[in-house]
Amino acid sequence: MLLEINDLHVYYGAIHAIKGISLEVEAGEIVTLVGANGAGKSTTLRTISGLQRAKKGAIRFKDRDLGNMAPHEIVAAGISQVPEGRRVFANLTVRENLEMGAYRRSDRAGIQKDMKRVFELFPRLEERQKQQAGTLSGGEQQMLAIGRGLMSNPTLMLLDEPSMGLAPLLVKEIFAIVKEINEAGTTILLVEQNAHMALSIASKGYVLETGQIVLSGKASDLANNEQVKKAYLGG
Amino acid sequence: MDLLQQLINGLSLGSIYALIALGYTMVYGIVRLINFAHGDVYMVGAYAGFFAVWHYHLSFFPALGVAMMVAAATGVLIERLAYRPLRQAPRIAVLITAIGVSLLLENLGILILKPEPRSFPEVFPLALYNFGGLIVTNRQMAILAVGLVLMVLLQYFVNFTRTGKAMRAVSFDMEAALLMGINVDRIITVTFAVGSALAAAAGVLVGIFYNRIDPLMGIMPGIKAFVAAVLGGIGVIPGAMLGGLVMGVAEVMVVALFSSTWKDAVAFAILIFILLVKPTGLLGRPGGEKV
Ligand SMILES: Nc1ncnc2c1ncn2[C@@H]1O[C@H](COP(=O)(O)OP(=O)(O)O)[C@@H](O)[C@H]1O
Ligand SMILES: [Mg+2]
Repeated sequence: MLLEINDLHVYYGAIHAIKGISLEVEAGEIVTLVGANGAGKSTTLRTISGLQRAKKGAIRFKDRDLGNMAPHEIVAAGISQVPEGRRVFANLTVRENLEMGAYRRSDRAGIQKDMKRVFELFPRLEERQKQQAGTLSGGEQQMLAIGRGLMSNPTLMLLDEPSMGLAPLLVKEIFAIVKEINEAGTTILLVEQNAHMALSIASKGYVLETGQIVLSGKASDLANNEQVKKAYLGG
Repeated sequence: MDLLQQLINGLSLGSIYALIALGYTMVYGIVRLINFAHGDVYMVGAYAGFFAVWHYHLSFFPALGVAMMVAAATGVLIERLAYRPLRQAPRIAVLITAIGVSLLLENLGILILKPEPRSFPEVFPLALYNFGGLIVTNRQMAILAVGLVLMVLLQYFVNFTRTGKAMRAVSFDMEAALLMGINVDRIITVTFAVGSALAAAAGVLVGIFYNRIDPLMGIMPGIKAFVAAVLGGIGVIPGAMLGGLVMGVAEVMVVALFSSTWKDAVAFAILIFILLVKPTGLLGRPGGEKV
């Protein structure tokens, strides 16, 4: 198992945000974590990345315990996160943003190769590489955030609601690219409120409700599950 | 001609303020803290330069280098011991700690370095150059040249090096920077080191220029440089440079036109004015770039 979360509990002060979740991600797959606003999806990803500390439970990645690793060590171990709301560095150029994604690497040739790959995935970023990231449109910023996440050449990529606030056509494009990234060998843990799209590209899914996993299984089964349909797929 | 003369005098004083202001603004840009001990780090730098020249007989550039290194170490130590443990604490706690560190350094200075002012050894004998009636001293030229070179180097560092880019990233969004694998603690350390080293350069230049240093010498320039940083837009590096120069020129002009009793009031007048008219400072944009 590439990533294994076991009985995770996370608090914000007195708020018990994650109440004992367990999940597994196998190398090479796309796993999705769906749930309504406030269910605890972002908290889960933030805890994997080390931005939030768990009160109880374990997160293992490639058989290493992430519990006491610093965020920059977790990136070095092979996990990158594309955070909710994109959070590109608006005061840096597009190219500098991508360079920051590769911050932990020193293999110049490899960095160049990955930069080329990002530009192939998102040609618009190449055209705008000298522009300040703050001047990009929302869709372009999401592309930059994903490209930046790829620049560390991660084994596992965590994506937090990449479709948020984007026009339907763009959402389709982004999901197609997530699939393409996965097919090129990167394992993906995808968090979404857009359960329909997420389940369509994932192999496995978990449904999160107020900090607990209420359903899990093959993505195709979840997509046909009456309960899921009613709650997340609009009937 | 007299105006031009005052302008030169003002610019050399302003370079001093600018060098100190940079440390305030860089630290604020990264950790959103007004480092009230910064003026005292400038004092530490001046004394380090003093001992390097007076005791170890170093010449100007080696002494400058030593002073910058000692101050950098001091700044880094202050961050480690006083500010880092309070990273998650309310801002007011950190602010009070900063004032505490400032008082500590001043009183340690009085205790260890003695309260009496010392005259800085002559690093280079005073020479006057007359450019068609415009009098420029070699010491003024040294201040302007050192100030200019350091500011150009800083701009290069922040804009073009990997660490400099990471500083800008951390300043914009610390959490996102962590997600990039940037070791934020290291960036904070570098920021304190660089800011403190620049203040030390100012301290040595002042020592040479005014020939006099004392343990409380950091208080007034510290306040003025802070105002300069606010004037330029706190968190904005070119703003601190501009703010420092404007402050220096304004002070010299006021003394020349009115009276030297107004010398220190200028800073506060500028502060009140800028807070009323454009609180984000000359080059600051609300929510914009912070380094
Ligand atoms: N910084 C915070 N402080 C306090 N409570 C928080 C914080 N961030 C999130 N929460 C709470 O934790 C719960 C889970 O939030 P989150 O993980 O952001 O959910 P999701 O990403 O699924 O929308 C919510 O009830 C939210 O209000
Ligand atoms: Mg969320």
